[in-house]
Amino acid sequence: MPARPRAAAGCDDVKRSAPVLTAPQFALTAASVFAAVLPHLPRMPKMFALLIVVLLAWRLVQRMRGGARIPALIKLPLVVLIPVLVIGTYGNVFGREPGTALACAMLALKLVETETRRDARAAIAFASFVLMSALLFNSALVFTLVLCAALSLLLATLYELEPRPEPAASRNWRKHVGEGLRVGAFALLAAVPLCLCVFIFLPRLGSPLWGAPTDDRSSRTGLGDEMDPTSLQDLLIDDSAAFRVSFDGPVPERAQRYWRGPVLTRFDGKVWTRSRYLADARRGDSVESIGAIVDYEITLEPSDRRWLLALDVPVAAPENAVRGADMSLVSDKPVDQLLRYRARSALRYQLDVQLSARERERNLMLPPGFDPRARALAAQWRRELPDDEAITRAPLSLFRKDFFYTLAAPDLGRDSVDDFLFETRRGFCQHFASAYTFLMRAAGIPARVVTGYQGGYFNTLGNYLLVRQSDAHAWSEVWLKGRGWVRVDPTGAVSPQRVELGAQAAAGASAQWYHSDWLVGLRNQFDLVNRGWNSLVVQFNELRQQSLLTPFGIAKAEYYDLIGVLIGTSTILLALYSWWVLRRPRDPGDALDVAYVRLCRKLARSGAARAAHEGPRTYARRLRGIPGSPRSAQVLLERYVGLRYARALAPSAAVREFGTEVRNLRLPRTFAKVNVPGPIVTR
Amino acid sequence: MLAVAERRLPALTRLKQPEALPIRLHRHRIYVLPTRFGLMFSAVLLVMLMGALNYNNNPALLLTCLLGAACYQSVFQAFRCVNGVQLVSLQGEPCHAGEPLHINQTFHADGRPRRSLRLRVADQETVFDIAGGDGRVRISAPAELRGWCRLGRIRLYSEYPFGLFQVWSWLNPDFAALVYPRLEVGAPPLPHADDAAADVATKRSGDEFGMLRDYHASDPRRSIAWKASARHDKLLVKEFEQRRGQDVALEWAATATLVYEARISRLAAWVHAAEAAQLRYVLRLPDETVGPGLGPDQYHACLRALALLPGATT
Repeated sequence: MPARPRAAAGCDDVKRSAPVLTAPQFALTAASVFAAVLPHLPRMPKMFALLIVVLLAWRLVQRMRGGARIPALIKLPLVVLIPVLVIGTYGNVFGREPGTALACAMLALKLVETETRRDARAAIAFASFVLMSALLFNSALVFTLVLCAALSLLLATLYELEPRPEPAASRNWRKHVGEGLRVGAFALLAAVPLCLCVFIFLPRLGSPLWGAPTDDRSSRTGLGDEMDPTSLQDLLIDDSAAFRVSFDGPVPERAQRYWRGPVLTRFDGKVWTRSRYLADARRGDSVESIGAIVDYEITLEPSDRRWLLALDVPVAAPENAVRGADMSLVSDKPVDQLLRYRARSALRYQLDVQLSARERERNLMLPPGFDPRARALAAQWRRELPDDEAITRAPLSLFRKDFFYTLAAPDLGRDSVDDFLFETRRGFCQHFASAYTFLMRAAGIPARVVTGYQGGYFNTLGNYLLVRQSDAHAWSEVWLKGRGWVRVDPTGAVSPQRVELGAQAAAGASAQWYHSDWLVGLRNQFDLVNRGWNSLVVQFNELRQQSLLTPFGIAKAEYYDLIGVLIGTSTILLALYSWWVLRRPRDPGDALDVAYVRLCRKLARSGAARAAHEGPRTYARRLRGIPGSPRSAQVLLERYVGLRYARALAPSAAVREFGTEVRNLRLPRTFAKVNVPGPIVTR
Repeated sequence: MLAVAERRLPALTRLKQPEALPIRLHRHRIYVLPTRFGLMFSAVLLVMLMGALNYNNNPALLLTCLLGAACYQSVFQAFRCVNGVQLVSLQGEPCHAGEPLHINQTFHADGRPRRSLRLRVADQETVFDIAGGDGRVRISAPAELRGWCRLGRIRLYSEYPFGLFQVWSWLNPDFAALVYPRLEVGAPPLPHADDAAADVATKRSGDEFGMLRDYHASDPRRSIAWKASARHDKLLVKEFEQRRGQDVALEWAATATLVYEARISRLAAWVHAAEAAQLRYVLRLPDETVGPGLGPDQYHACLRALALLPGATT
């Protein structure tokens, strides 16, 4: 009797110490974890990203060398250290940025303690969450596709975690992993219909459940509300889309496409900033349009800032936004997701023909004690030149003479305007705009810096205008008596290509190989796909979902309508899946047996069923004893014996013939009372 | 009524009733439930869903839906893995009570290979694949008592492909393996073993074989006369010359001092010893006599007779 308890105990032992992961299993789990963390790394502070990478690499190497379980003495301090680090870096642990950083670090820690299948599965579940959260920061098409593809790695890991018989476990594991990836990819492909059905009909939330999207420090590039000599530099080499515009009418000339962003009026010698008072909503309307009004729709990429861009100069504010005193549009809340709005602009306009003394003073202010040479130059112009208009043209001819446009501008010292005007003489839009505005103010003409975008690529295929971050631009506005604010683009004086072709074309010599013309052209064409993705998927919201069922007579689909449709369509899909799975196999079985079974069934219907223990010959003998039983059936039974047992393989022609005859056999409805011999009890 | 139930839901009605081989698994008898990991994973999916909805982030929602749908449809792959699997044959290896009983099972499935199938018999779990139509599994079950040992229900299940769903079915094949009696440990020497053993010993020392005869498949390999076989180009077996009168008699009556099961164990141990010593023996039980003889046939016949002796109280 001792055997049973021992066996049971042994089994319990096996359960308690769950199977330890094999090397391929662990490697795949580590790969999945790394794939989940990787999209987050570039966004994190360098030290933090480094910590995570080091943690993962150390664990992988340690485990590959056959290292033991990591003791709690090492794990516990790490568990405490990581939240502390997150708080130290981000200030708290809530919100998207710190939350995902914490999740990434915890996932890395999970890998450190992963030893058994259960750990690995938990790590994979967690990794899928981390993978998903990467999309909260970047919703680009390519990025989404890459992450979806990464799901097949996660599924391959789950596949690998399934126990395998011993000989299979030791197979060539590259082949093994390939098989897992194939199974994962197949599962994803098979899931696409169901996924789309749920995606389309799952009711969206009108407002967030918890106060989510107000967010912390952002790492997105975009226009800021201040400008120092280097602030635009990152932007000018960033090829990502800033916004897309579709015009109701003809597209304005390139030289007219100035997209107005924040207007900067305060200068402290180095940095231009936006005055707070400008944020006030504009009182009354002081724009007088001279030309036609342009109507268009802008789809703004998320910037985490509140600027809305519009063609210079907007005549009205879009919904949920105000137009400031400086004619720039400010949204009510930061743009943290793709935003679509309509705007109207006047391309030829008169702005602020009357300037209040207060405003005039503000636009003439200069920091004392900076840039004496520039002030002297301005004073000289004031003395020598007849009127304001001549003064506004003076710097342009100066720039045209011996200034040079380049994105690789040298550093400037304390007197940044002087340094630029008299020493380096090379720079890009913001240097020119800053110097120009400074000179105007020094000469007593109210002036300010306007930042925004200039130009844009028109995609003829999609009939829309794409403006990239690299189209960021800065120009000046001067106020002239009788004309109001007039736009002056000093960069255009130096480098007309900047306005005609764009920043990178203007930078010319310093262009990288990846900015070569054909590549840029290709990228511009490809942007059509991004736009389609944005409008179809990213922009799909509650409102558009509600209008989904309009063709079916439901003007505004409520959530219960949507859920009904969701249940209906997914049921149909699942029925299709089930049909695919449950359909009977084609193989009808052995033809001879099928015919024999049919013969027996026919006889059974006539009341003379074959008993389970009867062979064909015994059966035939019994039938012979039943009065009125047809001779043909007995003959067929005998023939079956001949076909089945006379040789190893019955000739298929004979089998076919036998089958036909069985099918054609007609038996009298009942020729026998139920006449089954009682079962013979064996054993 | 019962017949309909039997046809529609065989796993419910056949639970206690053994079935004849081959047993084919089909949709009426395959059951599916999510595993613990499956439930945990769906909770994670739910959290992802709430996050994506809350941030109104459609790409994240798309990714969540894709993963969720992929997980959900894996139930169909899991079902396909088990559907159509047939248990074709079962074969028990000889074993004594108290030792684990090893059973070789052969499964068959048409078409695609089946991965990560698992069998659970009495707390023992075995993993196997079916590739190229056939899959063989060797499972072991505890065998406590001599006699016919029924295997009981076998749980055939799989968590293929991702471990999120368990698909299972019960197999209750009409199969019993014969478990031989326990061998007594430290049994006394064979009765009359002294003279018989001495007899053989003298013969062996003189190397006088009575005769050589042709090899039969049942002969133990150690009795093959390799040198003689090489000379005659066919396998020959040494046969010791023994007289009928010198057979070892293993008498039921000779163990009268012991309790019932111990007597059986003693006789089984003697049978084993006699076979090991290459002595012809005869087993005399109350109702039957086996032998005299020597070799695997005699050995298994004796053990079978001992195994099937009625129980003590009956």
